[in-house]
Order: sequence, then structure tokens, then C-alpha cells
Amino acid sequence: MLQDSVSKFVQRHYGFDTRKEILASPRGFSTENWRLFAELGWLTVPFKIEDDGFGGFATDLMVIMEEFGKVMLVEPYVATAVLGGGLISELGSAQQKSAWLPQLMSGTLQLACAVAEPDSRYNLASVTTTAVVQGDSFIVDGSKILVLNGPDADQLLVSVRTAGADRDVHGISVLLIDANSPGIRKHSYTNVDGHRAAEITFTRVKVPATRLLGAVDEAYAGLERVVDRATLAVCAEAVGALDSLLAKTVEYSKTRKQFGTAIGSFQALQHRMADMFIECQLARSIVMMAAMRLDSDAPDADKMRAVSAAKSRVGKAIRKVGQEAVQLHGGIGITDELDVGHLFKRVTAIETLYGNTDFHTARFARS
Amino acid sequence: MNVAFTAEELNFKNAVRVFLEAEFPADIRAKIDGRVRLDKEDYVRWQKILYRKGWAAPNWPVEYGGTGWTAIQKYIFAEEMARIGAPEPVAFGIKMVAPVIFTYGSEVQRQRFLPDILASNVWWCQGYSESNAGSDLASLKSSAVLDGDHYVVNGTKTWNTLGQYADWIFCLVRTDNTAKKQEGITFLLIDMKTPGIKLSPIYLIDGHPEVNEVHFDNVHVPVENRIGEENQGWTYAKVLLTHERTNIAGVPRSKIRLEKLKTIADNTPDGQGSVMLNDPVFAKKIAEAEIQILALEYAELRTLAAVSVGKAPGPESSILKIVGTETAQYLDELTMELAAWHSLPFVPEQFESGFAGEVVGSDGAAATALHYFNNRKLSIFGGSNEIQRNIISKAVLGL
Repeated sequence: MLQDSVSKFVQRHYGFDTRKEILASPRGFSTENWRLFAELGWLTVPFKIEDDGFGGFATDLMVIMEEFGKVMLVEPYVATAVLGGGLISELGSAQQKSAWLPQLMSGTLQLACAVAEPDSRYNLASVTTTAVVQGDSFIVDGSKILVLNGPDADQLLVSVRTAGADRDVHGISVLLIDANSPGIRKHSYTNVDGHRAAEITFTRVKVPATRLLGAVDEAYAGLERVVDRATLAVCAEAVGALDSLLAKTVEYSKTRKQFGTAIGSFQALQHRMADMFIECQLARSIVMMAAMRLDSDAPDADKMRAVSAAKSRVGKAIRKVGQEAVQLHGGIGITDELDVGHLFKRVTAIETLYGNTDFHTARFARS
Repeated sequence: MNVAFTAEELNFKNAVRVFLEAEFPADIRAKIDGRVRLDKEDYVRWQKILYRKGWAAPNWPVEYGGTGWTAIQKYIFAEEMARIGAPEPVAFGIKMVAPVIFTYGSEVQRQRFLPDILASNVWWCQGYSESNAGSDLASLKSSAVLDGDHYVVNGTKTWNTLGQYADWIFCLVRTDNTAKKQEGITFLLIDMKTPGIKLSPIYLIDGHPEVNEVHFDNVHVPVENRIGEENQGWTYAKVLLTHERTNIAGVPRSKIRLEKLKTIADNTPDGQGSVMLNDPVFAKKIAEAEIQILALEYAELRTLAAVSVGKAPGPESSILKIVGTETAQYLDELTMELAAWHSLPFVPEQFESGFAGEVVGSDGAAATALHYFNNRKLSIFGGSNEIQRNIISKAVLGL
């Protein structure tokens, strides 16, 4: 059902040219699409029944993201619904949830999650942005980078250090900060994949204590769970995008003629496309494994391990399928005009998001 | 084969280094260090400095302005150029069309064209590929019909690099449709100002119009601009392609890039309290790249040694193209991996000269993904790596 509705929408209304127009628009995504996602109930998918969501199953999220991936959809679904909304759902009080989640699910709230810092690399515990209690407020100072949907977000979910030293898992808290608060400075830009992001600096930003999500100093475990969910989401998106790359490459090899014959008739190239297919299937399989694990009663450590396995293996598939799709297309594969180059850029960005292949391989080995 | 440098060669190395340190312009060096794109003026200014020293074209015969260096001296020069980060002269004039002109051109053509190429007074570009003639270049369709003392050229060339800067273009055109496809091709030199030539830029995925389509609409080309015989262009072009493949391994540049990579890794926090150079997995990747470059370096030196005793570079030179480009691409991957989150912003304008805005990221990290994307071209152009493997299969292995 869900897959059907998402698939129909993207295939009918999200062609490559439409996407280009959306990217060129001031917000970099379509407000109209966002409203439609709300109407169709897609914004409820990441949320549990008790939060008035669709269920919050990773397997459903996977289905949506895979369809989004096929067409490189740019609306900030992961930033707002999976990461931002995820943190509110994971850490927030009943009151906070009822204040924010209905707005989010009805499509009137945009969120962004600020977790990466200039020197943090992929370690979520490397938090040097500080929040110091002053009366009934926190005073926030520090810098965050690569805040996806940062330019457009109404509210920012920010990991801050309230105790301990850099890299201590204890002493990390999450604040929900009004994006228009005095002392916030954004430098907005577009990423290689067309998604909008911002570097955000906080200088003596005053945040009411009521904007703390969850227990002070103890947000790390929840933060990690939510980022893992976002990681799975982009892995599923990559599965869709890699399938598109393979399909386009196979199609091209049947029509592109050199030496008097379709290049797809060369066995050397056939085998390379067969290998691309194998990569796509392994990527799909491991993402399915991880989604099912997240929906199970398995302990947190198992879920974490499953997500890292997926991100690591998908990263490998991205490198292989992305590069081969470009190579088999030849020069046209690196032109701005063709969608193949853009799919290549999106999957390459996904490889970096929330930890690259090496990071997740090491995390898998450790956990 | 002797690959240890003699005292004489070491003196030469020193002289080259002293010259480059003194003469390579600091502003161009700063641009390269900051990953800022060089413009036409930068290239021309630098090439003219080399020209005045007599070092613009080490590979040319002495009589036309070459240096008369041994293969090893040329290698040392390339190494020193890479060390300081100096750009290689733009290939199309000095490395590509000039060898065709001095090998197959008439004396009049040599006098007319070579001095301006050597002095970088004229910028050349290439008109080979067509949309349906890529790897199968010989199937090209752009035509030239002889009409009195002119050829009339029609057709469209593509993947024309930096044609927006060019004064002249060298082209392969079809002059005989009835012969075997390789046998009906002619090599023409065409002034870009000739009426009927139109460029349309092709934007690549790094956002830059590095290449063009070049359209020819009844372009009149004097017959004296033909190289050699009509219908013999393929033979001439093939020689040029072999020239193109030697020195394509880019070992000196890869070695320098590897050193830079180590420095960056040493300054990149790993997020766990140390730096990426101490990360065992990343350190292993760097070591593997270094080993690959060593193997490639000695493969190239073996080829050079063969050339220096008078043998033509054989089809083995395809190894250099394949491994050289794949090594460069791997270094791009590692550089991008180091940049992590910082590789994601797409801010090409901050890598153009004269950018005065607020910079995203530091140390050019935001250029790393762009370089990774752009350099996928390396395994595609100059005879794709698939074509190189065909050459090895057929010409070396006899399959």
C-alpha cells in the first residue's frame, strides 16, 4: 500500500527535470510536495502509534526511502521527520511531543539536527558546543557543521555538552532551539547532492530550560539510536538510487553503439554489469536485515551492529556501482545534463553521511 | 636498466629545483595550494617563463626548441615540477598537436605553427571525439569536402577541453566515405576564428564548463592547413595517441599527492582523540597506495629506459595509462574520505580566483568531492581504460 503510493508519486511527479526546478527554487525543495506528503500521511511513518504516528517501523521507512532514492527526492524528509522528529519522540516529554509532533506530521514544522562539529568526524560524543545553566536558561556556545535542512528549519535540535570532557558519552544533552534565537549565525549552502545545509555558530544563545529534551547529561544513547535510524534511512535511499544507476546503465549499454554493435554485447562489460547487480542485491539484503533487526526486540547493541553492517556494506556497493555506472556511460556520465552523474553524487554523499564505510566497519567490529 | 641517478643527473636535479623555486610565481602556487582553479592567464604566464628558460617542450626535437634531455632528465624535470606543484603545460599544443606537426607536417607548417606553440602565443584544443565516436573514434562522421583550395567542414565535435580559451583546433574529419573507416580520415588544423564555428559549453558534475561541443557549419579551411596526405589522418593520430600515453602515468604527481595526503591525515582529527594518520585502517590504505605508486614508478622507468635506447613505447604503455589513472582516482577517494563531512558542501565559486566571500570548510576540504567526481574522467578519456585493456589483450597477449 505505502510502497504503491510512494512509488506512484515519485514515478509520476518527480522526473529529473522537475527535480532540477525544485532545486533551483528558493527553498531548494517543494513546499507543495511537503504539504502533499503530510496529506498522504508519509510524515507519520517514522512515529509510533502512541505518538499518533503510523507505527514507526524501520521496514516501512525503508520502503519509502528506497522509492525516494530512485528519483533522488530532495525534500528534507530525513532531516525533519526521521532525525528531528525522531529525537523529539525518543527523548521528549509527553508535553513536548504533543507540542511539536502534530505540527510536524501536519507538514507545518521544519526541523534540523545539528550534531556534527568541525573536528568531531563521525563521533557523536565528540561535542564541544557547550550549554551552561544560567537561571532558568541554558547559554549555548559553539559551532556545528553540515546541518541538513539548516537553512529552512524552524527549530534546531542541537547536541550540547552540559558536563564532562569532549568525547565523554556522559554529559551530552539535546536542546530544541528556536532557529531565530539571537546569537545564531547561519552560513547556508547547497551540498554536492543538491540538499541544503548550513554551518551554524551559536554565540551566547539563550535557551529556556524547558527546551531540554530528556534528562540532562544523558542524551547520548537516545541520540545514537535516532542517528542509527537516519543511517538506515539513507542506506535504503541508496538501495533505490543504486537500482536506478544499474537500470540506467543496462539500458544505455543496449542502445549505445560503438564498433558497429551495442556495447552491452561485449562480455567484458556484461560481467561488470552482473557484478553491479550482485552489489545492488547484497545492499538491498543487508538493509532489509538491519530494518528487521531495528523492528525486533533485539538488544540495542545488536541493533547498532546491524545498522553499522548495513552502512558499511552499502558504502562498498556505492563505491562500486557508482563508479561503474559512470565509467560504462563514458563522458556523458560525468555531465550535469544526465541524471547518472547526479545519482552518483547523491550516493557518494550518502557514503559519507553519519559515518563512512571505514567508520561503520570499525563500529561493527567494536560492538 | 639503471635507475640510480648519476652525479650529473643529481646536479641537473638541483639546477631544476633552484630554477623552479625562484621562478614559479608565488600567486599561482598559492592558488594551487588553495585548490583554486587556474585561469588561462595563469597557464600562459607560467608557460612563457618555461619558454624563456628553454624548457617549455622537453619532448620536442632540439631543432624545434626541445631541450635535448635524456629520458631520465625529463623524468627528473617532471618530478621537480610536481614537487613544487607547477602545472604541466597544457597538453593540446605542446604534447599533442606539435609532435604531429613536426613529424608529419610540411616545413612551411613547422615554421608557421611550432614557434607560437613553444612560446605559448597560441592556445590549441582538440577536435577528435564525436557523440557517436568515443572509444570507437575511427567511426567519426564530421566531414570535409574539398572545394578548390579549401575544405568545407561540417559536423560536431565533443569533449573538447577548454576550447573557450583556444585560438586553433586540430581535427580529425572524414574525407572518404567509401573506404574502410580508418582510411578515410584527414587531419586538419583550423583557426577558431573561421566563420561557422560555434562552441556550446558542456557543464560537468563539478559545475564547471570544462568541455565543449564544437559545431562546424560550412567552415572553410585552406588546404594548406591539412597535415600530410588526405585520408592518412588516422595514421598520424595514432602516433599522437601513443605519445599521449607515455608520461600519462603521472607518477611524480601521485607521489607528491601521497605526501600531501599524509600531511592532511596527520592534521585531521579522527574524532577519537588522535589523528587519521594513526588510524590503522586509513594508514593501511595510504601504505597500499604508496606501494602501488612504487610499482608504477618502476614500470614507467622501465618504459623510459626502453625508449632511451631507441625503442618506441610499445603497447605495454597502456599499463601506465590504466594504473596511473586508477591510482590518481584512488588518491582522490582517500582525500575525500579524509575530509569526511567537509567534503559535502558544493561551493565551487570559492575555488575560483578572486572569490572574496565567506569560505565553507577549511584547507580546500570542500573541493575534495568535486575533484573525485571530475577525475572520473581520467579512466574515460585518452582512450578509455577498457580500450587500453583491449590493446593489452590483443597487441601484448596476442588474444
